[in-house]
Amino acid sequence: MRVVLAEDLFLLRDGLVRLLEAHDFEIAAAVESGPELAQALAELEPDVAVVDVRLPPTHTDEGLQCALQARRDRPGLPVLVLSQHVEQLYARELLADGNGGVGYLLKDRVFDAEQFVDGVRRVAAGGTAMDPQVIQQLLSRRAADDRPLGRLTPREREVLELMAQGRSNAAIAGQLVVTERAIAKHTSNIFTKLDLEVSDDDNRRVLAVLAYLDQGR
Amino acid sequence: MNTNTKSDSLSTRARAVALAAGRGFVLALVTLPGAVLCFTLSLVSIALVPIGIGVVTTPWVLTGVRAFADWRRVLAAQWCGVRIPSAYRPVPEGANPWTRTFGMLRDPATWRDLRWLLVDMTAGFASALLPAILVFYALEGFVVAAGLWRVMSDGGPYWYAFVPVDSQPTALAAAAVAAVYLVLGYRYTPALLVAHFRLTRAVLGANQGELAERVRVLTETRRDAVDTSAAELRRIERDLHDGAQARLVAMGMDLGTIEMLLDKDPAKARQLLAQARQSSVDALGELRDLVRGIHPPVLAERGLGDAVRALALRLPLATEVNVELGGRAEAPVESAAYFAVSEVLTNAVKHSGADRIWVDLHHVKEGAGMLRISVTDNGKGGAAVGAGSGLAGVERRLGTFDGVLAVSSPAGGPTMVTMEIPCELS
Repeated sequence: MRVVLAEDLFLLRDGLVRLLEAHDFEIAAAVESGPELAQALAELEPDVAVVDVRLPPTHTDEGLQCALQARRDRPGLPVLVLSQHVEQLYARELLADGNGGVGYLLKDRVFDAEQFVDGVRRVAAGGTAMDPQVIQQLLSRRAADDRPLGRLTPREREVLELMAQGRSNAAIAGQLVVTERAIAKHTSNIFTKLDLEVSDDDNRRVLAVLAYLDQGR
Repeated sequence: MNTNTKSDSLSTRARAVALAAGRGFVLALVTLPGAVLCFTLSLVSIALVPIGIGVVTTPWVLTGVRAFADWRRVLAAQWCGVRIPSAYRPVPEGANPWTRTFGMLRDPATWRDLRWLLVDMTAGFASALLPAILVFYALEGFVVAAGLWRVMSDGGPYWYAFVPVDSQPTALAAAAVAAVYLVLGYRYTPALLVAHFRLTRAVLGANQGELAERVRVLTETRRDAVDTSAAELRRIERDLHDGAQARLVAMGMDLGTIEMLLDKDPAKARQLLAQARQSSVDALGELRDLVRGIHPPVLAERGLGDAVRALALRLPLATEVNVELGGRAEAPVESAAYFAVSEVLTNAVKHSGADRIWVDLHHVKEGAGMLRISVTDNGKGGAAVGAGSGLAGVERRLGTFDGVLAVSSPAGGPTMVTMEIPCELS
């Protein structure tokens, strides 16, 4: 799987290259600025891009803007955005086109190599990888005045959180140490309680949940 | 030796007198037509503002008036050492004529200029001419007495001041009067020119009271700014010391222990490794919160509008944000505005009991430009500046940027907090 990586700090870029290579990814390019990233995304046609939000030369949200532009040029181009801080505002912009293949994670998540690599693979496969912090912020905003969310059992809430992060039933089952069938039952309950259309497609399911949580904001 | 020095000082004085008389003459020559022209053009131009033409011409004319006044300020300083303070408000260069016209018309200095033009074409003209007259008229008296009277008094006596000159004795009398003028001129000409510029300063100089008030406000807001930033630095130091720094120390210790345990007790080492990793996650979390408190990353990345949107997304209340900003303000202004909005929102969430908040940000182009922010909630009202509400702190912070805060919060609500900060967008 070919990856384009954009990160301006040498130590982090180097670390990420080694981490990804150790997990059998092929690094098509590892760049350090916005213009280089735009060029690499246009020319190298990677399977997935891992991009830092803040890049030179402007040191603003150059990386995010490049990623969004690349997705406009090539709808569905899988992009995983990394940042020192997460903002719902950015998450919403990444999810706005409804195409999936989007990730938005704190840089700290790299500490857990297995989960991080799992996230990259998920995004590359057209899935979603949202940072737990984004989901918690969304949930805590909705929880206060949201009746359907209030009807979820604590276990169902836990499952909802993991599902919103983009995890598959199998992964959720693994994390909560229960069977996949139990998780399937929870998810169908959740969809009934939130009045969402049930879908067999994992990616559609995640996007529906995220859209529900971000509703009216 | 002694006489030599005396004649030296005499000639220096004579040169000073002649110079003052010449300068007075030039001034009088330029002052009258200049002042009349400037005044008339200004009146006509301002009168034409309602039909539109004045909007285009007024900035040009008033800029001319200012140049004329500034030229006089320069002369006053160069010729007589009279310093006339100038206090025009800056006129935005790229602004449209409408903004420029009204910005200039709202400046009290413009009206002071026009008042001065009236004085300048009358009393100013006379006081500039007086030193010249004293000297030239005295010289004329001598020329008349020396024989010119024979030519001049052909058709009757030639009046020199109050002396009818028609014979040698009256000519001598005229010479005596001229001598008196010369003595007066010799003694007072330079002082008279100074008096002219003092008159100019009295009318044209910025009001001392205004300046004193401005100095008072600046002193106060500067003290507040220094106090606030010192307190902020102390808070940051404490947070780093007790937070991230302590966690890194703990992490280092854990790593040391792990190194020791690696062979003896791998299970224990693994447990400590997990602990060290958690420490690093916690330290990062604390640093992240600290950074957000110093300068929020979204503010740096996206500017004020999106930073406030992101802030609203973190609130537990439904918040509507409306932004109309055509560019970015300077970083310190953005930061002050962001933290002001943040504080007002926190207040609303904590105390108002509201279930909806509206935030409106826009830039008005009045004068030099103004950032106007309003935060409205549908809560129970009763908010006031200084009632321990945190709004007093916001007011103080905004003061550093000449910003103001107004609260409208009748009992029963709604509460509306309006903030204005003068600034330009780029």
